[in-house]
Amino acid sequence: MAISLTVNRKPRTVDVESDKPLLWVLREDLNMPGTKFGCGAGLCGACTVILNGEAVRSCQTPLADAAGKDIVTIEGVTASPVGAKVVEAWTALDVPQCGYCQAGQIMSATALLTATPKPSADEVTAGMAGNICRCATYLRIQKAIAEASKAISGAAA
Amino acid sequence: MNAVSVSRRSFIAASLAGGAALTFEAKLAFAAAPGGAEPAMLGVFVSIAPDNSVTILAKNPEIGQGVKTMLPMLIAEELDVAWSQVKIKQADDNAAAYGPQFAGGSMTTPLNWLPARQAGAGARAMLVSAAAQQWGVPAASLTTSEGKVLHAASGRSITYAALAPVAAKVAAPDLEKVPLKSPKDFRIVGKSMKGVDTPAIVSGEPLFGIDAHPAGMLYAAMVKCPVISGTLKSFDDAAVRKEKGVLAVVPVTDGEIPAGKHNAVAIVGDSWWRVHKAREKLAVEWDTAGFDGYSTDGYSAMAKALMGAAPTADLFKAGNADAALAKAAKVVTADYAYPFLAHATLEPQNCTALWHADGKLEFWAPTQDPGTARGDIAKVLGIDPASMTIHMTRIGGGFGRRLMSDFMILTACVAKAVPGRPVKLLFDRTDDMRNDYYRPGGWHRMTAGLDASGALVALKDHFITFGADGKPMRAAEMRATEFPGPVLPDVHFGMSFLKTNLTTGWLRAPTSNAVSFVFQGFLDEVAEAAGTDLPELMRRTLGATRQLPPEPDDTPFDTGRARGVIDAVCKFAGWTGKRSAPSGANGGKGRGFGFYFSHRGYFAEVVDLTVTDGTITIDKVWVAGDIGSQVINPLNAEHQMQGAVIDGIAQAMVWQPIEQKAGAVTQENFGDFPLLRINQTPGEVAITWVVTDNPPTGLGEPTLPPVIPAIANAIRDATGKRLRSLPLSLA
Repeated sequence: MAISLTVNRKPRTVDVESDKPLLWVLREDLNMPGTKFGCGAGLCGACTVILNGEAVRSCQTPLADAAGKDIVTIEGVTASPVGAKVVEAWTALDVPQCGYCQAGQIMSATALLTATPKPSADEVTAGMAGNICRCATYLRIQKAIAEASKAISGAAA
Repeated sequence: MNAVSVSRRSFIAASLAGGAALTFEAKLAFAAAPGGAEPAMLGVFVSIAPDNSVTILAKNPEIGQGVKTMLPMLIAEELDVAWSQVKIKQADDNAAAYGPQFAGGSMTTPLNWLPARQAGAGARAMLVSAAAQQWGVPAASLTTSEGKVLHAASGRSITYAALAPVAAKVAAPDLEKVPLKSPKDFRIVGKSMKGVDTPAIVSGEPLFGIDAHPAGMLYAAMVKCPVISGTLKSFDDAAVRKEKGVLAVVPVTDGEIPAGKHNAVAIVGDSWWRVHKAREKLAVEWDTAGFDGYSTDGYSAMAKALMGAAPTADLFKAGNADAALAKAAKVVTADYAYPFLAHATLEPQNCTALWHADGKLEFWAPTQDPGTARGDIAKVLGIDPASMTIHMTRIGGGFGRRLMSDFMILTACVAKAVPGRPVKLLFDRTDDMRNDYYRPGGWHRMTAGLDASGALVALKDHFITFGADGKPMRAAEMRATEFPGPVLPDVHFGMSFLKTNLTTGWLRAPTSNAVSFVFQGFLDEVAEAAGTDLPELMRRTLGATRQLPPEPDDTPFDTGRARGVIDAVCKFAGWTGKRSAPSGANGGKGRGFGFYFSHRGYFAEVVDLTVTDGTITIDKVWVAGDIGSQVINPLNAEHQMQGAVIDGIAQAMVWQPIEQKAGAVTQENFGDFPLLRINQTPGEVAITWVVTDNPPTGLGEPTLPPVIPAIANAIRDATGKRLRSLPLSLA
C-alpha cells in the first residue's frame, strides 16, 4: 500500500512494506543515503532524523509511523535557520573525522537547539548522548553546538 | 617492490628501507605518466585544467585520519599553487602507478613526506621548463607563485594552465635532483586546512562504501557461521527463496577457512532490509567441531596454568635476569591482563562489487589496504589480480579493521553468483561484532629488580599470548626491544602461547595499546618502590641521549627524544611528582603519567581524574608529542590527537571485553559492547609539540598508548588502588 510522507518539505509517496524502517525507506526507496545505518537497534544515533520536530532513530521508526509526518534529514537540514547555523558551525570547526556519524550528530544538535537555543552543558550532554562518534570528535561537537547557539541567539536578537 | 609485504610488515616493524624504495616508485610513476595523450597530466597525481584549477589525486584510503587532505597538501606545496586552486580526487587502487596505498601503521606520512613533495616539485619543474622554452630564457631566471610562472627581469607571467599542454611533453625530471622548498618557504604545509570532504559530509552526500550505488545494484545480507573458523555443513533455502525480493541464495567464504569450503550463506535481493529479514527463513547447519571448545573462561584458566610454568619461547634475553633478581635490593612483581576487543567501526563492514561479463571484477570498497585485498581475493577466487578494478570509497572508521580482506572476498563470491549486476554486501552490527579480527587478550607477569640506590637493574616479563608453534598470532606480538629491556643488563622477556579459533588483527596502535598499559603501569609501581615518580624513573633509566636498537626495519628508539616529551609534558601539566594521599584523602583527585614510543612517535601524557563513589571521571589530559620537524596540518593533527586520547580512554575504561562461549563471540551490539559517549568525554585534551630535526612521522596512532597507563596510574594516585587489568574498574 502506498504511504505518503513529507521529506525535506517535499511530498513523497512510497509503495513498500509498512513495517520497513524509515532508515531503509530513505536509503533504498528515496535515494537519500545521507542518513546512516550504524547499529539497527537505536543505540548509536547514526540514523537520526527529525520527525515532526523531534529527533528520532529512523532505524526504529517503521514507515507506518512516519505516514503523513514531516521528516527532515541531513539532505534538507539547512532549510531551517537553526539547521543552517548548525551546519555552518560544523563546517567552520571542521568537526568530522571519518564523518560517518555526523549526519546523526547534526540532526540531534539541530533538534536540541531548536527546542533549547541556549542549552547548558548538561543539556548538551543529554541531547547528544544518544549519538556515538567512534572517532571521538566530541570536543569539537561541544564547541560547534556552542558556536551555533551563539549564532542563533545573535540572529534572533 | 611488493606492496603486500610492505603493508603487512609495517604495522609492527615499519620499514625505513621503504623510504628509499618509494623514491624509486615515485620516479617510476612519473615516467609512466601518459605523455601527450592527456596533455594536462603532469605525472600521475597532478592535472591542470584550462581554468587553472589543479586536480590532485589522493592515493591513500581516507578513514578519517585526514590523508585525503594531507597528501595533496604536500604535492600542492611543491607544485606552488594556491590551496584554493586545488581540487582533490580519490585515486583508484594502482600501486604500480602511485606507490603503496594502504592506511595503516601511521605510515602515510613517513612513506610519502618526500615522494609526494617530489611529485609536486617534478610537475613544477616541467611547467618552469615549458615557460623557459616559450620565452627563450634560462629556467633558473624563473620563479613560480600560486599557479603562475614569473619572469622578474621582463615582468612577464603565465598561468600553469597556459603552459600545461607543452609542459606535459617535457621530459620528466630526475625526482632525486628536483629542488624542494625550504620549510621556511612553506605556504600550505604547516597551515590548518579543513578536511576536503567536510562540505559533502555535512550535507549528506554519498561518500562512504555503504553509499555506493552503481546502476542496477542488488543487495546482500549474510548468515555467517556463529563460531569463527567453523564451516557450512548444509542449508535449505526453499523458504528463503519464497520471501519478497529474494533473488538468489549463495554459499560463500571469507577466505579464513580451507579452500573449497564455505562459512556463510548470502541472500541476494532487491532491498537489504528485505534480504536481511529473510535470513530468519534459512535453515542451516554448521560444522564447528574443534572450535566450539574455546571460551573466555577457558583462556583465563589456561593462562593461569601457563603462568606457573616456564615460558616456552624467548623473545629477548640479556645477562641473567634470575641471578640479578636474586641479589637485587628490592624486587617488585605484578600480574597484568587485558581482554579481547572489537574494532566497532561505526560504518559496518560492507563492499560493493560487479562481476562483469568478461570475468573482470570491479569493486567499490571501503578498504584500508586495497593492494593486499587484491592479492587475497585473487587467491581465494582463483582469478588474475590484474583483472580487478578497486575504487576506494571514504571509510566510516577503520582503526585497522579494514586492513583485512574478508568483507571484499565475501562480496566477490556473491558478485560471481550474480554476474552483470552490481551487488552490495552489508554486515549488520552483530555480524560485524562477531566477525571481527579482534585485538587479542594477554597476560603478563612482570618482575623488576632494584639495586640499593633504587636504580632499575633487572626485568622479567612472562607474556602469555595467543599463537602456536612458538609464534604469536597477528597482533598478539610484543616488541623484543620493548623499553626498558635494551638498556638493562639483565632481562628476560619470555612467551607462552594459547590457541584460539578467533581471527585476530590490528586495532589502532596494535600491540602498543596493550603493552603500554602493562609496562608503564608496572614501571609506575617500580618508581613507587624506588621512592620516586614515573617521569623521574624514566629519565634515570633512559640515561644519556643515544639510539637504542630498532625492531627489524624500523627506526631506532632515541632516548633524547623520549626525555624531550617527558620533560615537556611535566612542564606543561605542572607535574610536581608529589603523590596524593594513598588513602584517597585528596577528594578523590588523582594524577598519573604515561610515556610511549610507537609508530615512530614519542608521546608523554598526564591525566587528571576524579573518583567519586567508584566512578572515574577524566578531568583533563595533557599531551606532549614529538613527530619530527613538521606538523603538516595542525588542525587535523589536533583532531587526531584528541581523538586518539579519547579512544584510549574508551579502551581503558568504557569498552567491555569481547567474550566467547562454546567458541562463539557473545557480544552483539553497543548494548554489551558500549562505546564512549559525549558524557564520558574529558573536559579538555591539551596538546604541546616538541619539534625536533627528524623526518615527519604519522599521527593516527602514537597518541593513544600512553593515556591508558596514565589513567591506571592516576587511579592509584587517587585511591591507593593499583588496577592491573583492563577495563579499569573500581566496581
